[in-house]
Amino acid sequence: MEKGKTIEVRWHGRGGQGAKSASAILAEVLFEGGKHVQAFPEYGAERQGAPMRAYNRVSDRPIRRRCGVQNPNIVVVVDPTMVESANPCEGCAKDAVYLVNTPEDAKTLRERMHLSQRAKVLAVDATKITLEELGQNRPNAPILGALSRIFTDVSVDNFADHFTKKMKKLPQNVIDANRRAILRGREEAVLA
Amino acid sequence: MSNKRREMTSGNLAFAEAMRQINPDVVAAYPITPSTDIPVRFAEFVANGQVDSEYVAVESEHSAITACVGASVAGARVMTASSANGVALMHEIFPIASAFRAPIVFGLVNRCLGAPVNIHCDHSDSMAERDSGWIQIYCEDAQEVYDSVLLAVRLAEHKKVLTPVFVCQDGFITSHCFEPVEFLADDAVKKFVGVRDPQYPLLDVDNPVSYGSFTMSEYYFEIKRNQIEGINNVPKVYRELSAELAKETGREYPMVDAYRADDADYLIIIMSSASGVVKDVVDEMREDGVKAGCLRVRFFRPFPKDDLMRLVNGKKGVAVLDRCLSIGGSAPLAAEVKAALYGLERRVPVQEYVFGLGGRDFYPKDAIDVFCKLADDNYSPSVRYIGLREKEEENVY
Repeated sequence: MEKGKTIEVRWHGRGGQGAKSASAILAEVLFEGGKHVQAFPEYGAERQGAPMRAYNRVSDRPIRRRCGVQNPNIVVVVDPTMVESANPCEGCAKDAVYLVNTPEDAKTLRERMHLSQRAKVLAVDATKITLEELGQNRPNAPILGALSRIFTDVSVDNFADHFTKKMKKLPQNVIDANRRAILRGREEAVLA
Repeated sequence: MSNKRREMTSGNLAFAEAMRQINPDVVAAYPITPSTDIPVRFAEFVANGQVDSEYVAVESEHSAITACVGASVAGARVMTASSANGVALMHEIFPIASAFRAPIVFGLVNRCLGAPVNIHCDHSDSMAERDSGWIQIYCEDAQEVYDSVLLAVRLAEHKKVLTPVFVCQDGFITSHCFEPVEFLADDAVKKFVGVRDPQYPLLDVDNPVSYGSFTMSEYYFEIKRNQIEGINNVPKVYRELSAELAKETGREYPMVDAYRADDADYLIIIMSSASGVVKDVVDEMREDGVKAGCLRVRFFRPFPKDDLMRLVNGKKGVAVLDRCLSIGGSAPLAAEVKAALYGLERRVPVQEYVFGLGGRDFYPKDAIDVFCKLADDNYSPSVRYIGLREKEEENVY
């Protein structure tokens, strides 16, 4: 992360998928890593499956502005169908990084999204990972793991520790499965 | 002070955490978006035995504030929270609370008053209560919400003030944004807020008093004059309290938050969360050679007229940005600022703006445009609207 610069993140998800929680967890992990942070979802009609957006700001300096993020540096697409439907490239910085939950090959996806030379795609099949590890489609854990490839100031263990700390009441095998899902998200994410 | 802790939280939850540490005697509330988190979180504290407050779950906002007034004049320390139409339903009782000198601390999470139905932020709910005799504090972020609640308890209950306080924050923008907040240790809060020493409590049976009595024209005016005296004492008392809390927190909040205003040529005057983006833009404009500055009005009641006069005196131009309408007249902040500046020897031009109604976002480009128009000496005799879709031919810019 460039010193003094504020990094802005935009999340595209569907109601009930956990994008709001994931954006809050990202902020908490980076806060524990010493950063100034904000996490705020866009509140509209809150219903299952409806497209929603959430935002983060991350900086080494106190953050004053509180408007919506218009020119994100990082875009997270939690639901594979939203590459087409949610316009994830809207207003993005030319060197934006797109983290996409998709079964698609990173290079193919990159071409399909018509990204500029300087933009990057980080593709991870978070749905497949969580179906294998948890038996459920809960893409948050692998996505957070993949985010640790972008926010390099904080180790993936911090992401895993923070995420699983919130699950204290769940059985150990569920906690372990989530930890594996986070680590796999980091390992299996492909950059193009 | 020891044992401060910094945690991720929201404006609403910071307010609720302050309530836990204050441990008020009575809370009566009827949850409404976007202030819902406050009574919900506080009800958890009650259920978990983390506070010993009497929590009164009522059937409407009118009943909530009525129960608060009753408990407050009985001698209890009382807090509640609401928004928008909830606040509007309480309207009848607010002037009674202030006339009873009931020092209630109220978390007002700003949301517009429909129609159409809309859950997002503007200041139409609290501004409609500006003449109810309450103190009004508007906060920029969650940290300021937390600090202001502590200050509000002492300010409201101060013998020279005895006036209820609205602690306002912007709905969703502040109330639901997760950000770091530094909390004082429970002991430090307990020590700062102390125990309420009620004046003329209803439950003091050795010194019986009556509230809500009938008074015709022979006394009514004098009762109102007493209220004026209480609110006139706010600046002096507040300065002392703010300095006292700053010893614990290192943070001090003047009644008007002046950002790079001293040597500025042009000022934006604004309230609450939108000032953050203005401060960012002030820095940008300065780099481009425009001497920009920002005044954030934190206290709307009492209105810090003297501070405004001092801070605006000698400037080349000022823009006042209201997140509220007064349909058919000047918006509340613009009206107050213009009235305050009337006393200046040399007139400073003022451009009125309205922005952000119903939660419409306010971006850096909007603040840049305001500063550029000031620098170009581009004024309109009528109010300008920021981010409003209008037909070109009707656009009178």
